[in-house]
Amino acid sequence: MSEAPAAAPDEWRRTSPLSFVVGAVMSLRNAVFPALAALVGTGAWRQGWVVIVPTLAAIGAFTALFSYLAWRKFRYRLGDTDIRVERGLLNRTARSVPYERIQDVSLEQSLVPRLFGMVDVKFETGAGGKDEVRIRYVTAAEAEGLREAVRAHQGAEAGATRASAPVEEPCRLLFAMDFRRLATFGVFEFSLVVFAVLAGAAQQFEFLLPFDIWNYRKWIELLAGPGHWLEEAGVAAQAIGAVLAVAVLALVGLATGIARTVQRDYGFRLEESSKGLRRRRGLFTRSDVIMPVHRVQALKLSTGIVRRRFGWHGLSVVSLAQDAKAGHHVVVPFGTLDEIAPVIAATGFALPAADIAWRLPSRSFRLNRALFSAVPLVLGAVAAGVLAPRLGAPSQAALPATVGLLALAGVLALRQLFLSRYDRHALDDKRVFARRGWLAPRLDIASRLKLQSVEIVQGPLARRRGYAALVFGVAGGSLEIGGIPLDDARAIRGAVLGSIAAVDFSRLPG
Amino acid sequence: MDEDEALTPLHPNYVKVVRLTSLLFAAPLVIAALILEATGVLPRGAFLVPVLLLAMWLVIRAPLRRYQARGYQLGDDRLRVVRGLVFNADTVVPFGRVQHIDVHQGPLERAYGLGTLVLHTAGNHNASVALPGVAHDDALAMREAIRAHVKRETM
Repeated sequence: MSEAPAAAPDEWRRTSPLSFVVGAVMSLRNAVFPALAALVGTGAWRQGWVVIVPTLAAIGAFTALFSYLAWRKFRYRLGDTDIRVERGLLNRTARSVPYERIQDVSLEQSLVPRLFGMVDVKFETGAGGKDEVRIRYVTAAEAEGLREAVRAHQGAEAGATRASAPVEEPCRLLFAMDFRRLATFGVFEFSLVVFAVLAGAAQQFEFLLPFDIWNYRKWIELLAGPGHWLEEAGVAAQAIGAVLAVAVLALVGLATGIARTVQRDYGFRLEESSKGLRRRRGLFTRSDVIMPVHRVQALKLSTGIVRRRFGWHGLSVVSLAQDAKAGHHVVVPFGTLDEIAPVIAATGFALPAADIAWRLPSRSFRLNRALFSAVPLVLGAVAAGVLAPRLGAPSQAALPATVGLLALAGVLALRQLFLSRYDRHALDDKRVFARRGWLAPRLDIASRLKLQSVEIVQGPLARRRGYAALVFGVAGGSLEIGGIPLDDARAIRGAVLGSIAAVDFSRLPG
Repeated sequence: MDEDEALTPLHPNYVKVVRLTSLLFAAPLVIAALILEATGVLPRGAFLVPVLLLAMWLVIRAPLRRYQARGYQLGDDRLRVVRGLVFNADTVVPFGRVQHIDVHQGPLERAYGLGTLVLHTAGNHNASVALPGVAHDDALAMREAIRAHVKRETM
C-alpha cells in the first residue's frame, strides 16, 4: 500500500492478495443461482442437507481455487514506454499498451470490492469497450499510483518538464451535489419504469399467478365479484379509490426516481486538476474518471420540459473515451446555468456570446415538416368523420375521433411554428453552436478545430425546396443542423473546413 | 474548395460494375417470376411483365443515373465525395483528420481495374468515407498523395 509506483518501474507486480478473495466472492455470487437452480432442477434438494452442503462447499472450493490461480497468474509491469499485462492459466495472454495510446485511466469500485477497499483500474485506449485493459483489484493507493504513473509518463512524452507528479495534488472544486440537490434531482427523474418491469415480470412468471392477469373478464369478476362490493360501494368510494391509485403511482414514480438518482450520483464531485476534469460519483458502485480537457470534443447542454421552468440544466462532454455505453460523460447532472458556466469555462469552451448572429432553418423546411406531421392526421380525421359512419360505425364515436385528430394535427403544426422560433445555429471564430427543441431545448457546442468531417445531406424534397442538413463528424459523437438553406450550409462548411484544414489532427491544441 | 467547381466523374467502368451487381440481384427475382408464370396461377404476364420492367430499370437505367449522381473532387488538403440519387450526400474530409487509408478491391472491381478508396476519421459519424469506382491506379496514387500530406503535416 505504501509502495510508490514511480520509484520502482520495470518490475513485475501482482494485484493485491485481497483481490483473489474479492474475485472469489464475486464469482461465488454468480455461481449461487445456477447452483440452486441445478439443485432444484435435479430434485437433489429433496435429499436434504446431506447433498446440499457438500455441493455448495465444492462450488465454494472450486471458485476459491480458480480465483487464486487467476490471481497467481496475473501480473503487470509499468515499463518505460508501455504497460504490460500478463494473464491466463492455460492460454497466456501478454498485452502491451503504449502510454500515449491511453486516453483515460478510470477507477471503479463496485459494492463487493468496495467493502474490501479494492479498486478496478481500467485503461481506456479508445479501441473499443471489450478489449480495454483492466487491472482488477488493487488497493486504492496503488490505483491512484498507477494513474499518476501513466500521467507522469504521458507528461514526459509530451515534453512536459513535470518529473514525477505528487500523488494527491490540489484540485479546484467545480461542481458538487449535496443530498438536498440530489433529492430535488431525483424528484425530476420521476419514473414509472418499475411498472414496465413489473409487467414484464408478470409476463415471464405468468404461470405462477392464480389466474390470467390479461383476462379482462376475470378482473371484472374479481372486482365486482362475489357480493359486488365495489359496485355497491358507491361513487364516492370509487372516486377515493381512483385518487388513491393515482397517489400510489405518483409515490412509486417518485421513489424510483430518487432511488435511481441517489444510487448513480451520490457524492457527485467534479474537480479541475492539472490533468483535466475529475469526476467521482456513485453510492454502491463508486467511479472515478479523469477527462483530459484537451480531449473534450464537444459539449451538450440539455434540460427537461419541467425542470427548465425551475432553471435546472445538465451538461455532458463528448470525448474520445467512452463512458459506459454512452459516448459522453455527464459532468453536471443537475445544476443552474450559473453553476454550469464555470465548468464550461474550465473545458475551454464558451457559451454563445449575447450578440452572436443566430441563423434560422429555412422556412420551406418548416412548412414541409408541418405538412408532414399534420396532413396524415387531417386525412385520418376526414376518414373518421365522413367514411366511418357510412361503413356502419356508431356515429357518436365518429365526432370525437374527428375533433381529436384535427386538434392533434393543429398542435403538431403549431409545434413546428414554435420550433421555427427556437431552432437556431451560429458560428463564432472557434465554435459551432446548434440549439434544438422547443419545450426542452438543448444546445450543442463543438470546437471548429476538432471536427473530423463535414457532410451536406439532401433528400428528394430538400433538393426541390433548396434546404439541406449539415452533419459534422465529431470524435465520440456527431452534430447535426437540419433544414437550413443550402447556401447557408455551404457557407458554414466552407468556413469550418478552412479552420479544420489549417491544423493537423495530431497537433490539435491541448 | 468551391461547390461551383466541376466534380471529377468516376471511371466509366463503374457503370458496368454496378450493372453486374444489379444483375446478380435481379436475376433471382426474374427466375422466380418465370417459375410463377410457368405454374399458370396468375393471368399471363400479370407478374412477369412488371418484374421484367423493374429488372431492366435496375440493370440498365439506375446504374447510369447513379454514376451520374456520383463524383469527387481532390483538393490540396481535402477530398470531397458526392453520392446519392434520391438522398444526396456531399461529404468533405480534410486530409488533416484522416487516421488511416484503405484501398479496397472486390472481384468485380478487379475485373474492370477499379478500386475503392476509403478514408477513416476519428468521427463517429462518417467514421469511414468510401469513394468507389475510381481506377485502381488512381486510387493508389490518391492514397499516396493523402498519406504524404498527412505525414508532412505531422512532422
